[in-house]
This record gives sequence, C-alpha cells and structure tokens, in this order.
Amino acid sequence: MKPAPFDYERPSSIGEACRLLDEAGGGATVIAGGQTLVPLLNLRMSQPFILVDINGIDALKGISRVEGGTRVGPATSQAEALSDETLGRHLPALVTALGHVGHYQTRNRGTIGGSVALGEPAAEMPAAAVALGATIEIASVRGNRSVKADEFYLGPFMTVLEPDELVTGIVYPDWPPDHVVLFREVAQRPGDFALVGMVGALAIADGKISRAGLAWFGMGPTPIKARQAEVALIGAAPGEADAQAIAELAVADTAPFGDHRASAEYRRTVGRRIFVRALREALEAKETA
Amino acid sequence: MSEHRIELTVNGRPHSARVEARMSLGEFLREELGYTGTHLACEHGVCGACTVSVDGVAMRSCLMLAVQADGADVGTVEGLAAADGTLHPVQQALRDNFGLQCGFCTPGIAITLTTVLTDNPRASEAEMEAAMSGHVCRCTGYQGIRRAIRQLAGHGAGEAA
Repeated sequence: MKPAPFDYERPSSIGEACRLLDEAGGGATVIAGGQTLVPLLNLRMSQPFILVDINGIDALKGISRVEGGTRVGPATSQAEALSDETLGRHLPALVTALGHVGHYQTRNRGTIGGSVALGEPAAEMPAAAVALGATIEIASVRGNRSVKADEFYLGPFMTVLEPDELVTGIVYPDWPPDHVVLFREVAQRPGDFALVGMVGALAIADGKISRAGLAWFGMGPTPIKARQAEVALIGAAPGEADAQAIAELAVADTAPFGDHRASAEYRRTVGRRIFVRALREALEAKETA
Repeated sequence: MSEHRIELTVNGRPHSARVEARMSLGEFLREELGYTGTHLACEHGVCGACTVSVDGVAMRSCLMLAVQADGADVGTVEGLAAADGTLHPVQQALRDNFGLQCGFCTPGIAITLTTVLTDNPRASEAEMEAAMSGHVCRCTGYQGIRRAIRQLAGHGAGEAA
C-alpha cells in the first residue's frame, strides 16, 4: 500500500504552519502523530496535496498550568501525557481515558491534539474534552479563536475547524481536588476503538453534587454530552441519586448507529449498563468518603 | 510530490538517502536500506509486525514517514543480537518458550519487549503483556509468547535455569 503522492513541509513555528495551510487553499492536511491519518493515507481515503508536519513546532508540545486549568499542547504524545505528573494530579479523568487510547506502540507516537482534532466518534479523547469542559484554542492567518469542546464536533471526523486552521492548545478547566472520575468502555480487544464508552467527573460540595461533566463515545456521530443526566445529578445528594433513572436520561441524549460490530440497540443496552455501574461506583465512593 | 534528503542511523549505523515524501519508514528500511527483518503486513497500524524503535521508543514503522525519521536513531530486529550471534535475552526467551512459529510477527514483538525492558528492566509480566495488545500473532495462540514474558519477568524458566 502506498499513499497518493503529496508534498511534505515541516514548519518550525505556528505562524509558518498557518501560512502553509492558508497557501494550500484547503489542499493541506496537518500531521501530528499520524496514527489515524497515515492509515487513511495508505488506504487513499485521504489524499492531501501537502502534508504539514507539526512535530517540529516546540510551542505545540508540553503540558502547563494556566489560570484555572491545565493546558495541553496538541503535539504532546499520548504516552508523555499518560505519565505526566501535572495531568495525574489535576486531570485524573483524562489520564484514565488515555490508558485506553490505542496501544503502547501507537500512544508513543499518537498525540492528544491529533485525537481531539480528528473527531473519531468512538475515541476517548474527544469525549473526555467534552465531559471535562475543555476549550480548544485555534489559530490561522485570519487570527485566533477558542471553541468549547461541546461545540467543536459536527459529525464523524467533522469539526468546526476550517481547512486553514490549526489547533494550538487544549485547555481543561480545574475540577475540585476531591472530584470523582467516571470511566467505562466496552471494546472487542483492549486498545481497539470502543463499541460504547463513557467518561466524566463529579464534584461534591456540602453533601450535594455540585458539578457534573459526563460524555459518551461510540454512542452517536460525535462525542455526546449527557446533558439531561448532568442536570439531574446537580444538587442531588450522592446517596439519593437514582443511578438507573439518570442512566435512562443519559441514554436518551444519544444517537447510536449500528454497524458490523454492534447494533444500535446493543450500544444503548450496554451503554445504559456501564453508565449505571460507573455512576453507582462514583456515588458510593462519595457516600463513604 | 516532494523528495527529501534524510540522514538517520539504523542500529547505530549512519545512512543518508533521498526519499519521496510518501514513503513509509518501514518501506524505506526494507526496500532502500535492506533491513528486511522489519515486516510490513497490514500497513495501517493494526498488526504490529512492523514495530521498530525510534529514539528508543517502539513505534509502527508503517505509520511513520521516512522523511519524519530524519535525524532519528532507528532500531530494528537486526540490531538485537550481539555481533557474535548471541541472542538478545528477549530473542532467547521467545526461542526457549516457543514464542514464535512462522516468525512473521516476531521482529515487532521482540522490539516492543526490548523497549519496554530498556525503559524499565524490572517491568512486570502485566506491563509486558499490556504492551502485547499492539501485536497480532496468528500462529502461537500467544501462550508461548506469554511464557517468554514470564521468563523475562523472572518468574519462569529464566529463574529456574
């Protein structure tokens, strides 16, 4: 297998990358880790004229604390993020989800930003960004803008990113230090894309749930925020929340599809079950804490 | 279609070449440099046969372009055994435990296990098995590979010997 021919550029600054994307007039594709893009190139499902490799841009790498949150450079590798102390301390939900992204060998090269920007609906990183309330920073020659993760995804592999735009950062807001992480997924093998999964966080203050961020993956054309479930949880005491009823609300927000791996009904049934389990476990952890 | 001059080392030996932008690192290693120990199979990142180390880190050589390896230190299965032919402990463990049959997937598996153990010489059986999720083997049923991992983790044949 061989990709269709393309030119290759390796800019060393964000400005240069944006200029290349602008000049390509929509014919360029950004490559970071390439763990999803190169298969698409090899299968000729993607045929860009120019590949803009952002691995030479230091400003797109690394993890830093910013006001009220943690900023992840999009070209940071998944393996690096997985073992990062700052992320471990402030974003345990993201780290938990990261452990399920691909395999050891693909995490070594795959990036956080690549997964977030690509928008594979069954991937963990887009759903984690939506659940945790991340903001995606975007640059182009026309200027910079920020988009909330829950407004970033339009459909399978479709986002609000214009062809001349580059993701330059993902900012995850802080959650209270004692928040609880929720994560469950069902996949055919560890490392495969999930058939269905959910990720999120709950915070408790004064005996009541004060904040809830929950999202599905593999349950529709995009990562899906479980809005109704979040609303139902906020203000409830952990011991009183009805996990089964809240899971029903969460499933009501989804739009799963059937494919050769699982039917839509299977996804709804299993989704409901893993949501109940994750929620019960989280609520019990808080009740006994 | 652009062409690029790249310089890299493979198993410590320097190479330089002109490559088409679209050439994968795996194809470059095999077809241009003759390191045919690296096996290309699925060429979309699923099977793991093509795994090589790049600057000491295990990666899919089918999912990386040769041009992206400019300046890198690449390690392939040809670099594992000592100059006198003594097998690397990972190779020896795979051999001792029938961790291979046809051998097609073996170079990738050997590279992954080597990098895991280089990172952490005391890697546990569970850590090595987790890294194996990135490899497909159609012959062994995996039990021989698991035995090799147990030996490498110091619990099995390796310790008894």
